[in-house]
Amino acid sequence: MSGSPLAWSSLGSPSAKKLPMRWPQPVTRDWAWGGSTGRGVRVCIVDSGIEFGHPRVGPVDSAHVAVVDEDGEVSVDTDETGDVSGHGTACAGIVRSLAPDCALHSMRVLGPEATGTGKALLSGLEWAVEQGFDVINMSLSTRRRQFADVLRDLADRAYFQRSLLVCSAHNLAVESFPWRFASVVSVGSHDRDDELAFDYNARPPVEFFGRGIDVEVAWTGGGSTVVSGNSFATPQLAGIAALILAKHPGLTPFEVKTILYMTASNVKGAA
Amino acid sequence: MNEERFASAVAGQVLAAAGARAALLQSITDVARAIFLAEAASIAVLEPGTRRFRFEAVAGQGSDRLLGLTFPFGEGIAGTVAQTGEAMVVDDLTKDPRFARDVAEESGYVPKAIMVAPLLGEEDTLGVLSVLDRGRSGRTTMQELELLDAFAAQAALAVQLGEGAERAAGLLRDSAEDDVGRIARLALQVDSLSGPRREAASRLLDALADLIAD
Repeated sequence: MSGSPLAWSSLGSPSAKKLPMRWPQPVTRDWAWGGSTGRGVRVCIVDSGIEFGHPRVGPVDSAHVAVVDEDGEVSVDTDETGDVSGHGTACAGIVRSLAPDCALHSMRVLGPEATGTGKALLSGLEWAVEQGFDVINMSLSTRRRQFADVLRDLADRAYFQRSLLVCSAHNLAVESFPWRFASVVSVGSHDRDDELAFDYNARPPVEFFGRGIDVEVAWTGGGSTVVSGNSFATPQLAGIAALILAKHPGLTPFEVKTILYMTASNVKGAA
Repeated sequence: MNEERFASAVAGQVLAAAGARAALLQSITDVARAIFLAEAASIAVLEPGTRRFRFEAVAGQGSDRLLGLTFPFGEGIAGTVAQTGEAMVVDDLTKDPRFARDVAEESGYVPKAIMVAPLLGEEDTLGVLSVLDRGRSGRTTMQELELLDAFAAQAALAVQLGEGAERAAGLLRDSAEDDVGRIARLALQVDSLSGPRREAASRLLDALADLIAD
């Protein structure tokens, strides 16, 4: 074979990666998040908003929107709109299904107010990092290179202040940000029907594959629908990260990512 | 090839390429619809400066109504895909009354399922490719998502090539009274000829080149 691969793909078959015998004790899923409900962990969904009062989402602790005016100035306001498309509600519902007691916050960067140039995304993420959320879910990205350096700085800031950024990657070999940065957890899709199945990818830039095919999710109008895409694999990893952080408060993004690796479905530990 | 003939050939190609954009997008839409055994497929391109998408190619259901229509950027599933840059499949739209109402008003056809992928340009999303009610026998597959993205990548290339050609064609049109514009028009006319008339026109161009040569 020659040339670039068409898509970032999962390794597929389980690999035989060996864990350290004790780190600091055998790392199993039960050790990592067994019994955890996500209580005490603050998760921010940077997306299209979250529908208020949706039964599959439950309480939304705060809702804000990044608004870009005609002069290109961005401001962050309280958001009364809810969700403009269903995308953010779907992501929030996935996190809620895994971590029922976590606190959910919405930062809306999509919708008619956004210009699509990445400015709203940038400001929304900056706000989320400033708030110090434990987990920030970003099922979106920008291709604007002019924002790459600022986004990288933001991602590093989040990394060092213990905010875990979980970001959607692309199916094809497309460059965009922030999922390409090593400081974030980047997520593609696998097609298995298991809400706790996720794979580690030993051939980055995409580091994990989550459940992204035929996922039943919360949707606007108080109902549900079935969706596919990396956007929905991402909150699965965010939800599991919330469980881990609730059980082991104070872990760094590096440590959470390491635990995700050690507990991935295709990584076989020594324990 | 001397410079004048080269210039006229380039001008002719530029104008032809600008005109081929619509045909190329329609071809991609037709093939996407056929491959996915879908009821309909469409490509909507973001109009510069208007913050609206415009349907540039439509195949199947709604094609007679949708072509040329516009819809606002940032709204609905297509708007979200354009803004997130992520392909997305929604397989039960009947539970989203807002979507059903909006789409029905425009096309008269309300799909049960929709696949949408962004047309990713160098810096921005250029538009969206939508496939409605694909034929399927089971679960969605990763291959379907990857194929959808691959079609969208082709469409993005077509839009970028078309836009480049449009800009060049615009320059030629702006210089309609200049020599470059006249050469472009002549090149197009010569290009459409055949047989003895084409040969005669070619000889005439050669003679013109000789006449103005140093």
